[in-house]
Amino acid sequence: MRLKIHVLALLVILANVLGNFLLSLGMKAYMAGAQPRALLYVKAFFSPVVLFGVALLIVWMLSRMTLMSWADLSFILPVTSIGYVLSAVMGKLFLAEDISNKRWIGTLLIMAGTLVVSFTRPRTHKAGPA
Amino acid sequence: MIQWLLVAVIVAATTIADVLQSREMKRVGSLWSAGASWSGLAALLHRPLLIASVAAMTISFIAFMILLSVADLSFAVPATAATYVIETVLARFVLREHVCYRRWAGALLVACGVALLV
Repeated sequence: MRLKIHVLALLVILANVLGNFLLSLGMKAYMAGAQPRALLYVKAFFSPVVLFGVALLIVWMLSRMTLMSWADLSFILPVTSIGYVLSAVMGKLFLAEDISNKRWIGTLLIMAGTLVVSFTRPRTHKAGPA
Repeated sequence: MIQWLLVAVIVAATTIADVLQSREMKRVGSLWSAGASWSGLAALLHRPLLIASVAAMTISFIAFMILLSVADLSFAVPATAATYVIETVLARFVLREHVCYRRWAGALLVACGVALLV
């Protein structure tokens, strides 16, 4: 079960980071230099790269829901928060984004914030019909 | 400027979606507790606020795709983390959850991180 949880956590992280990366790649390829018009956006939404990104984000959502049924949120939050940093790394490496030191620090602070939240109890009151 | 406007739309729509979803799902109770069935799941479709939360999520996703066409990936992904901060405030005052100091500290760190993206 432990291995299963770790493999699924890896899938959650990869699907999220790659899904967002493909959305960014597809949307920029379509919209670069073009006048932002509604029809062009619709075309971009249905381009193969964007659709593959959306498919990966659906995988991300389903795998995250499954992971939530197997593991504590306090495990899931810190482990998946690395996605913020990995997204920045993908932007830097493959989209030639110029990331300032300030932005790196900001991204790391967001990850730190998620880590701190994960050290709290996931449920603070009883569940049930209100 | 347009980037922050889109971030505002994403944060507002995601926050509305999450708060409505959390409120409704707590009213429904655990989906997979004893007695859960497909008809129970279908009953979720009769909850207007839950449907509204799905609509809000859709708006948020479309705005996120537009944001990715005008902004860096390394800006868009962390900027949307601002939802953590607003949702923590709403969880305390709308959902009346008990938010301990560690959660406030976490939300504050996220807020500082988002502020540095400017």
